[in-house]
Amino acid sequence: MRNNTFSLAVVVLLALAALYIVLPVDHPAWLERSLSRDPEAPRDLMDLKLGLDLRGGTQVLLESDLAEGVALPDGAMSTAKTIVENRVNGLGVAEAVVQNQGDNRIIVELPGVRNPDQAVETLRSTGQLEFVDPAGSTLAQGMIINTTNHPNAVQTAQEGGLVDPSSIPYPDRVFQTAMTGEVLRDAIAAPDQYGNWQINFGLTSEGSTTFFNYTSSHIGQPMAIVLDGHVLSAPTINAAISDNGVITGQFTQSEAESLAVQMRYGALPVPLKVVDIRTIGASLGQDSVSRSLRAAIVGMIAVVIYMLALYRLPGLLAAAALLCYIVFNLAIYKLIPVTLTLPGIAGFILSIGMAVDANILIFERFKEEMRAGRSLRLAVETGFSRAWPAIWDSNLSTLITCAVLFWFGNTFGASTVKGFAITLAVGVLLSMFSAVFVTRTFMRSLLAGTAQKSSTSRSLLGY
Amino acid sequence: MFRIIERRGWYFALSLLLMLPGIIYMIWSLTTQGHLLPLSIDYTGGTLWEMRFNEPQRPTDVREVFVAAGYPDTTAFTVEDDQTIQVKFKNIETNEKEQIQAALVDRFGEFDERSYRSIGPTIGGEVSQAAVIAVLVASVLILGYIAFAFRQVAHPVRFGVCAVIALIHDTLVIISFACIMYLIAGWEIDALFLTAALTVIGYSVNDTIVVFDRIRENYRKYRSEGLSALANRSIVETAQRSLGTQITTLLSLVAILVLGGATLQQFVAVLIVGIISGTYSSIFNATAFLVAWEERSFFPRTSTATPSSNGQAALA
Repeated sequence: MRNNTFSLAVVVLLALAALYIVLPVDHPAWLERSLSRDPEAPRDLMDLKLGLDLRGGTQVLLESDLAEGVALPDGAMSTAKTIVENRVNGLGVAEAVVQNQGDNRIIVELPGVRNPDQAVETLRSTGQLEFVDPAGSTLAQGMIINTTNHPNAVQTAQEGGLVDPSSIPYPDRVFQTAMTGEVLRDAIAAPDQYGNWQINFGLTSEGSTTFFNYTSSHIGQPMAIVLDGHVLSAPTINAAISDNGVITGQFTQSEAESLAVQMRYGALPVPLKVVDIRTIGASLGQDSVSRSLRAAIVGMIAVVIYMLALYRLPGLLAAAALLCYIVFNLAIYKLIPVTLTLPGIAGFILSIGMAVDANILIFERFKEEMRAGRSLRLAVETGFSRAWPAIWDSNLSTLITCAVLFWFGNTFGASTVKGFAITLAVGVLLSMFSAVFVTRTFMRSLLAGTAQKSSTSRSLLGY
Repeated sequence: MFRIIERRGWYFALSLLLMLPGIIYMIWSLTTQGHLLPLSIDYTGGTLWEMRFNEPQRPTDVREVFVAAGYPDTTAFTVEDDQTIQVKFKNIETNEKEQIQAALVDRFGEFDERSYRSIGPTIGGEVSQAAVIAVLVASVLILGYIAFAFRQVAHPVRFGVCAVIALIHDTLVIISFACIMYLIAGWEIDALFLTAALTVIGYSVNDTIVVFDRIRENYRKYRSEGLSALANRSIVETAQRSLGTQITTLLSLVAILVLGGATLQQFVAVLIVGIISGTYSSIFNATAFLVAWEERSFFPRTSTATPSSNGQAALA
């Protein structure tokens, strides 16, 4: 039985670790850092991630809107995605998601955005790049300013969503536009001979003259590069520039590439149209969360009572295993992380019933073996081994449907369908672990403590 | 020994009866409307807009605003209470929405946008196509898997085919349910219906496998018995488990149905019907079909006078 003591210790430790992750307390920084691919942005383990249908927000599917017979230029969609991403960041929406989907679509999720219609218009509008004279003020990347060409940029940004007030130091000023993006011929990010990333840009023949006139009279002063009122960069003019120029600075590769893309295609490389938009109000989302939480708790209590009534002591063990199962599930949702949607919660509640199924299969086998007159210990072991093929085969067929559902949801940005498939699949996998490892360990530990077949054990074990 | 399998004629008749409303609806709908099922905007494209006003409003008044704005094909109805109204009409652009919104505020005052969905017709078409592919792919994969898992028994493909017959039965039963609910309460077949259907398929196969697994095991133990006796024995042996699982699953689902709110109601109702049908079909269709196939007799005459002791000899 030493082996089993070890298993029991593993179960208890795993359950405690999972419980710690699930609890909404501050988690140590090293843990949150190690879970994130980007060391700059450690993962927040405080709360479960909720989908748009639970927290409220807008999901938009944008599609390239080209005339019949016009081919989509290579790389245009990934460029468009970068530009849309920058605009989303400009809107100041927290935890927004922008992804390419298929060959010609971009999916954008904007949680908690206040004026979704306007936000969507901002995303698909053709933006304009400007070179702006700061006129003595300090402008830095990330600021939002009004310019001669966009005198209402600040107001638009404020209406669009949650904008950090510190990014609007000059809400009432309108800065002078020196030139627009039309002067640029191209812009490419490349490393210099020391490996520092910079942006090399070329000017059109008309642009050269304008650019030279402006830069020659402003040497030593900064010049802001602005896209739709958002300051992308504010380099200092070191020399008069015509034909070609270089922007240097402390750029990482991705920063340099992103800036080059925005200078090149201030406007979107392809026009975009909205083919699917859905908005869930925050009040409906809040309502759904509280209702499904109540349903989950009531459902779980009902299942536990039923198991206790039908299987007595093993039922109690199964209930304990079920609690472990729920904690493991929630911990995995936080670790992966899984974004919970309303059907996702339904999938989870459904999988509670499913997790019990494996236990029922085992206990029914166990009862049969006991009735056949086997010893308690033998009945437990054969109960588990005989039930296993059925558990495995039936769960595998559910996993097959989950895979098909996931594919379907993923192809169409139907995050509700995808969410259901993920939680059900995680639930099925965990239920096998919980039934076979957790319940069996509990049963064996209990056996070590109880005597052989007797009338009390008969009523306790319910066979 | 119970004689379950011998009465299979009745089960098949009951199943046909349950599938009939859906089949009749589909034929009627195809001939008169040109489409098979009452599909939602997920598949057809269109706009669904749910708004909550500060005071109770009549759906007809709300509809008037839409008709006046140039959308004659608008339907409006209340959800949950008479302050919340859902409007369904064609797919529109953002600027068109802003105009209607202004007209609504003008007439009824400010309102809370509970949810808004507008989907283009091309996307809807693609979704329908993918839905069909999803169901077919899932069926083929499951058929293949069962044939593989039951490769040691005689005629493994029959096991797979019978499981698939059961899942087609379950799909038709929930389609029947959906069509009836469409006629009664205006429920439509949306993306979540597909999710429910595929889940039911998974469950149905899950149940079928548990019975088949027992047949597989008993097949080795009691080689001398005929398939119908083996099937009876296996059904009885697994009955308690099937019931136990079904009850726990239904307990969870009923909790969502009663407490979970309107958004999930249709989805969960379809799941409940489908899961009950799945358990029924695993015993009374899949297993009965397996035996019928073996004995080449689908509607055996059950003679009450001479019940054979092992239930083997069913007369053709």
